[in-house]
Amino acid sequence: MSGTTPTVRRYTPAARANHWLTAISLVLLALSGLSLFHPSLFFLTGLFGGGAWTRAIHPWIGVVLVFSFAGLFVRFFRLNLPANEDAAWIKGLPEVLKGHEENLPEQGKYNAGQKGVFWGMTILILVLVSSGLVIWDQYFSQYTSIGQKRVAMLTHSIAAICAMLIWIVHVYAAIWVRGTFSGMTRGSVTAGWAWRHHRKWLREEVQKEQGGATPGE
Amino acid sequence: MANTTGVAPTMELVRQSATKGGISGPLPPSANDVAKLIDVSKCIGCKACQSACLEWNDLVEPVGFNTGVYDNPHDLTENTLTLMRFTEWDNPATGDLEWLIRKDGCMHCADPGCLKACPAPGAIVQYQNGIVDFVHEKCIGCGYCIKGCPFNIPRISKADSTAYKCTLCSDRVSVGQGPACAKACPTKAISFGTKADMKTLAESRIKDLKSRGFAEAGLYDPPGVGGTHVMYVLHHNDQPQLYAGLPNNPKISAIVEAWKGVTKYAGLGVLGLAALAGFVHHTVMGADRVTRTDEENGKRVKDGVA
Repeated sequence: MSGTTPTVRRYTPAARANHWLTAISLVLLALSGLSLFHPSLFFLTGLFGGGAWTRAIHPWIGVVLVFSFAGLFVRFFRLNLPANEDAAWIKGLPEVLKGHEENLPEQGKYNAGQKGVFWGMTILILVLVSSGLVIWDQYFSQYTSIGQKRVAMLTHSIAAICAMLIWIVHVYAAIWVRGTFSGMTRGSVTAGWAWRHHRKWLREEVQKEQGGATPGE
Repeated sequence: MANTTGVAPTMELVRQSATKGGISGPLPPSANDVAKLIDVSKCIGCKACQSACLEWNDLVEPVGFNTGVYDNPHDLTENTLTLMRFTEWDNPATGDLEWLIRKDGCMHCADPGCLKACPAPGAIVQYQNGIVDFVHEKCIGCGYCIKGCPFNIPRISKADSTAYKCTLCSDRVSVGQGPACAKACPTKAISFGTKADMKTLAESRIKDLKSRGFAEAGLYDPPGVGGTHVMYVLHHNDQPQLYAGLPNNPKISAIVEAWKGVTKYAGLGVLGLAALAGFVHHTVMGADRVTRTDEENGKRVKDGVA
């Protein structure tokens, strides 16, 4: 069947590269951050060349993430703006979790859950960057008081945990909903996948193709 | 070398940063407790202690700038582990101008905030005698100790990116000697011995000060951090903040406690629960697979039939 299964283009090579750079930075940030968060995970500093290297490199990976995520934001924010079908999706979340998306209205390129991941990450990365700069002592220690640094430290830790929670939801959804990964590896998904999960988007894409317009990201 | 302090040179470790085991909370009092007693009322501000500290620790403070105050340098640094802080205070009760000179530096808290905040195993240690020490080979230079300290003491060296503070001359104490600053002090404003002896000495000094009209004279051994192993005799113990901002009731910040306490455990807990929830969901529901019908419907849309 694979030879005949039609596919729909979901992500351009640039969008995929952008996504994976963000993903790699986020994972490295999580590993280096966790290693300094809980003593039982300090051994993870070995991945980065020891504690001092981990401390030094973590903020710089953060800088990479900021620019990389900014790229994703510019690419995807329009498609993540609220839509009419979002309320029904949120209300129908139990159905979604049971694998009965057919009971919900047709979804665009992103459903409300994916939009939640997008905006959640956007807000958390903003919080992480601003609190992170406050505790980047090597360059910025003189600009804030110790009291402010303590608040930033706690904020940074909690925001990082929240970001990792979102990451778990994001990755789990991609694992559970089979056929999703190919969108970010090969750039395309099967028409059947699009029909099942993002039917409105599938119709739009087909329409665009027939209208001769170039497919979106 | 003769033991000049009357202190047993025991340097048994009771607690190490980011390491399981060891005591929790304030160090319980013991007969081995050492303390440095700084009698502010006897200090003449000569800075011999500062010089002795640089000398013994083989440190050099680069020449700085004079901005019109006696404090030199203007703050603790990675080289200046102890610093005389000068305060001119117009006592409203007497109309006298009082020159309050406080030797600032690590207080060696029984409940050390630096050690609590430190993420590097064994980089900060506490000895059974109360001395809190930094182990530079294990320090990663993150600056968490600075956030944990209620007294604003540790400083990160620009040269080796590790944290520095007063060691209470742990290297000298371990061989029966007192700290270099105490040895150098010409007025015996700095004493060193067992904490019990230092408290007795402080009592006699406080009695003397009270007889001279300093009704609020007292010992600064703040209970909020479980007491300290560097203590002050203050003529105005009711207003410690007069002495260049010595905290009134220092304790580990609640934010630091939350960060190193509930956040640390709850954080990893919720991450584990989220991962577990995913596992359970997948086990119960099975994978969400695209069916043959889905593919057929998808193909129909793709071909422009639906």
